[in-house]
Amino acid sequence: MNLWQTGQVAWEGIAVNKVRSLLTMLGIIIGVAAVIIMMGVSAGTEATIAERIAGLGSNLIMVSRGFGGGGGGPGGHGFESEGLNYEDTLSIGEQVSGINGVVAEQIAMSQIVRADSSTIETDVVGAMPDFPQVRGVKLADGRFFSQQDLDRKAKVAVLGHTTAQELFGDADPIGQSITVGNVRLTVVGVMDEKGLVGETDYDQRIYVPLTVAFDRFTMSRRFGDRVMTVYVQAESPDTIESAITEIDALLRRRHELTAMDQADFTIYTQGDIIETQEATTGAFRSLLAWVAGVSLLVGGIGIMNIMLVSVTERTREIGIRQAVGAAPSDIRLQFLVEALVLSLVGGLIGVGVGVGGSWLFGRTSDMRTVVVWSSIVLAFCSAAAVGIFFGFFPANRASQLDPIEALRHE
Amino acid sequence: MNEHLIEVQELTKVYGAGPAAVHALDGVNLIIDEGEFVAIMGASGSGKSTVMNILGCLDRPTDGQYWLGGEDVSKLNKAQLADIRNRQIGFVFQSYNLLARSSALKNVMLPLMYSRRERRSASEREKLAREALEAVGLGDRTDHRPNEMSGGEQQRVAIARALVNEPLLILADEPTGNLDTSSSQEVVDILRGLHERGRTIIMITHEPDLGAQAERIVTLIDGRVVDGEEG
Repeated sequence: MNLWQTGQVAWEGIAVNKVRSLLTMLGIIIGVAAVIIMMGVSAGTEATIAERIAGLGSNLIMVSRGFGGGGGGPGGHGFESEGLNYEDTLSIGEQVSGINGVVAEQIAMSQIVRADSSTIETDVVGAMPDFPQVRGVKLADGRFFSQQDLDRKAKVAVLGHTTAQELFGDADPIGQSITVGNVRLTVVGVMDEKGLVGETDYDQRIYVPLTVAFDRFTMSRRFGDRVMTVYVQAESPDTIESAITEIDALLRRRHELTAMDQADFTIYTQGDIIETQEATTGAFRSLLAWVAGVSLLVGGIGIMNIMLVSVTERTREIGIRQAVGAAPSDIRLQFLVEALVLSLVGGLIGVGVGVGGSWLFGRTSDMRTVVVWSSIVLAFCSAAAVGIFFGFFPANRASQLDPIEALRHE
Repeated sequence: MNEHLIEVQELTKVYGAGPAAVHALDGVNLIIDEGEFVAIMGASGSGKSTVMNILGCLDRPTDGQYWLGGEDVSKLNKAQLADIRNRQIGFVFQSYNLLARSSALKNVMLPLMYSRRERRSASEREKLAREALEAVGLGDRTDHRPNEMSGGEQQRVAIARALVNEPLLILADEPTGNLDTSSSQEVVDILRGLHERGRTIIMITHEPDLGAQAERIVTLIDGRVVDGEEG
């Protein structure tokens, strides 16, 4: 008997007990669907985070005012330190080699913005000349700020894509005047569309020179020219390491710290963020593997159980087949294929449920899901492996039946 | 040794061991030639079923030799015995033993499916099965399932199944045990017809009327052949 015929016989055997077969498959269906849905959710989350990280710009080194180490205990610097300021940022740009640019940002409170014909309320961000380059946001029209603008505290503004449309519609905003809060600014540029990165909408912004932001849009008496984060773009992935070393040395010198002191700043890269992220998703994924493994195991035991019942029920049939010439290997193959077909059909239904479930989950919740092809292949292969593994014992038992006793079986 | 279809020498079959051992067969000798129609008779417990199982290669003797078509089959393993059953032996059982879910045609095709020597195409298998069903007068009932047929018809399907692989030997174990008189006679007539066309048939029965219709009667008592050892 060839495999095709065996498959047909197996299918007939399954089709006779439709409800029972379906219930038997349920474990496999749930297992496979769970793998696909959960891997889809985790892949979707990862993709969102990866996008957010990539959206920061490329080859980024980030320097934040320190809050690491010490646990905020007495003597630790923590938030009480001066941290980073505008001057630190400028000197990184002047003295560190192997970098393309340095940017510090100051996100001010949202402001009322008025143009000739419209009024909106939006975020005002203080930025530096290298902002478009370092943060990967392109300029659509006009120009960005120069260092001169910052030095002279020029009253200029660059509009985000959406902001420009809201204020001026189709008209050219370049050279127009707007009032932000109570400061009058001249529009010198418009940014290209960037869209939503994480929860930040880059298009809904107005950029002003950082020094102007310090003076006019923040509570400068309290914060002075302190900045939260300095973004440094390395020339290439190869210069990231040396740039970090130089930044560290430079900032320690400026902050009068020795190499032994704990730094009042933290330097990290996108790679560090990704690593942290991967550690989290790795733990999540191994949990998923356990869940999937357990459901497939339970599904497999279900298949074994029902196959044993089936062998007993069909003892007479086995005897008949043996009498007309079925060898033990033929009988074994028949029941093995039957178990395999059960698990594969279960696997297929599981894939359907999983893909559909992922889609539904993505539609109905704010979590993003991605159908991972490898998860489908993995889940399907696992189902097949489960079928063969748990089908073998019943199939072997069937093949070892004595034809005389099998024929006598009622 | 090769001139006989079946030659059995000093066949013994012992069930169990020690003092509780049962000697179902105790030195059976038997010779059957090609083309014979032999009835094996005996009371229950005489060992006729054991003889039948061993002749049918469903079981192996504890001791002794069994040559079938010149081949010593008493020492073969399970897979080899399965192959012998498939090629050389056609069974007709008292309780028909048809696959309940399959049509008459599919039941008759079953031995062809397990054929290892000859791989026939699906259409060839179907053709052979139809011919076998026609030979037993069921050419018009090929698509019926066993539960849609009378006992006599079911037994004829079983005979067609036994014939389809052109075996050396047809073994009928109480073929009429579940049938009424007229169906019984029908089945025996078919077996006699096959015999007339040259088939070798061994029929096991405890009914003297049926046994009398065979050419030769082999009588078993307490695991020994007491009459009809040779033709």
